Amino acid sequence: MPEHSYSSRRELDQYVFHPAVTVLVPVAAVLLQSVLPRLWGRLEILDLPLIVVIYFAVSRRSPIAGTITGTVIGLLQDGLTGRPLGINGIAKAIIGYVAASVGFAVDVDNLINRVAMNFVFCLLQSALLYGIARFLVADPNAHLGPLYQLLKAVCNTLVAVPVFFLLDNFRHRD
Amino acid sequence: MDSFFARFKNPLVLVAVVLLQTIGLAVQVQRGPGPGGDPADGAKISQLRYWSTLLVTPFERVLHGGGSHVRSVWVNYLYLLHTRQQNIQLQSEVARLREEQAAFAEDAEQGRRVQALLGFQHQYIAKTVAAQVVGTSGSDRSRLLLIDKGSKDGLKPDQAVITPDGIVGKLRDVWAHSAQLLLINDSTSGAGVILESTRIRGIIRGAANGKVEINNLTSDSRIKPGEHVITSGGDGVFPRGLPVGVIESIAPDPEHQPYTAIMIKPAADLARLEEVLVVTGTQTTLPPQAQEDEDMAAATANAKRAADLAADKLPSIHDGEPAADPNAAGATPAAPAAAVVPRPLPTLHPDRYTPGVTPQAADLTPGAPKGSSSPAAAPHPPESDASPKPRT
Repeated sequence: MPEHSYSSRRELDQYVFHPAVTVLVPVAAVLLQSVLPRLWGRLEILDLPLIVVIYFAVSRRSPIAGTITGTVIGLLQDGLTGRPLGINGIAKAIIGYVAASVGFAVDVDNLINRVAMNFVFCLLQSALLYGIARFLVADPNAHLGPLYQLLKAVCNTLVAVPVFFLLDNFRHRD
Repeated sequence: MDSFFARFKNPLVLVAVVLLQTIGLAVQVQRGPGPGGDPADGAKISQLRYWSTLLVTPFERVLHGGGSHVRSVWVNYLYLLHTRQQNIQLQSEVARLREEQAAFAEDAEQGRRVQALLGFQHQYIAKTVAAQVVGTSGSDRSRLLLIDKGSKDGLKPDQAVITPDGIVGKLRDVWAHSAQLLLINDSTSGAGVILESTRIRGIIRGAANGKVEINNLTSDSRIKPGEHVITSGGDGVFPRGLPVGVIESIAPDPEHQPYTAIMIKPAADLARLEEVLVVTGTQTTLPPQAQEDEDMAAATANAKRAADLAADKLPSIHDGEPAADPNAAGATPAAPAAAVVPRPLPTLHPDRYTPGVTPQAADLTPGAPKGSSSPAAAPHPPESDASPKPRT
């Protein structure tokens, strides 16, 4: 029975993406995030860029790549809002880093792990966004709304599962 | 040292990235709000926003264009159920509104005379640019929309954006072919308003939950739910008198005592905006078309007033006529009363001199005692609602 060292297991589960996929998928996520709430206002509860950040981070298993991916997608999102640039950038950079770190420890292809990861990371992002708005930007209107955030995490998890399976088609081992 | 960086390379990158963005945030927050109240952006931040918008706008235009085409075919050619009924209803509505317009024209003229006396400069909307909403900010923390018109179409930051229902927001960043529209329910947004009946002035702001509220007024028993809110014109963005919404609820604001949180239901449906009008120009006189409409309304009002005067002087003019239903289809403004022949009022106390009471000579019997002719034989006075009192 072959034995894998830590590095070989890591290398075994590391995936890479075509540069076009690396660019177009985040752009498509931000674009859909911008367009979908126009069709139905309630869809603003989704955070497709967050799902993409988590997916790329856990698939690449590189905390640096996860941090940079999160930063770029977060800043792109910030650019479309009227808020100071960096709110989503910081939150998604941390999510990308943590997701890539978690990717080492768990089997990211397992459905239950995917559900748990998306749910927890969505809640973590909500807490980070609240903290940044409250303490860094000093926004007096910042509020958490625990029930809403739970609902948001559930909705994003429900969307993330099929999106993960869809994106699995674009990854390949180095 | 090298081993330290090699060992902690990942967390160091994270710390560096977060630190850089935190510094960037601090710089933006330090810069404070711009002239419009929302955070001012430096040149580099504006560039970043521009590139972000530029990246998604072309796709949004294509998606929106395709969607609009399909919707247009469906709405204009296929889904025409109840259109005829709606047309009849609308014609009736137009007739009713014409009546109302005539009634308001005189008040408006009087108001303008008073404003002229006070030297008040009323700003009328002179020029608007119609724009389509092509995208949103995609965030539940930022109420911002993307429209498909920009500086090439004459748009500038801080211009008011409205719909026929009421105000929507104002322009934030404007680029060559697109612009960001900051909705009135965004927490960084604000506008000066007046409560229509009580004339109390306030400032509307976007609440964190995406609603619109006035939170700078103390408790006042005169403020009631259902009161209409209009723009005051004092913010220098929105012209005076535009509908903002209706007061939905009034409750004490626990976080800002002794102020009350007056929640407002916006007149415009902010969640379903398709087309908006950007106010690109105002003037102190009425635009030609509006002036024409008002002249017509004034003429109608004068005709109506003449009819009312005639009715006052000749009160029986409308006796026995059924009351006109102002909502009836085809209702027309009241015509001048010149062609109507007035009837005399019914007699309250008929006597022998009352016209019509005295019997005809042919009916009288020569030599008969006075008063023997049967009253029943005598013609009755004209019928009236007012029954004559018995003679005493």
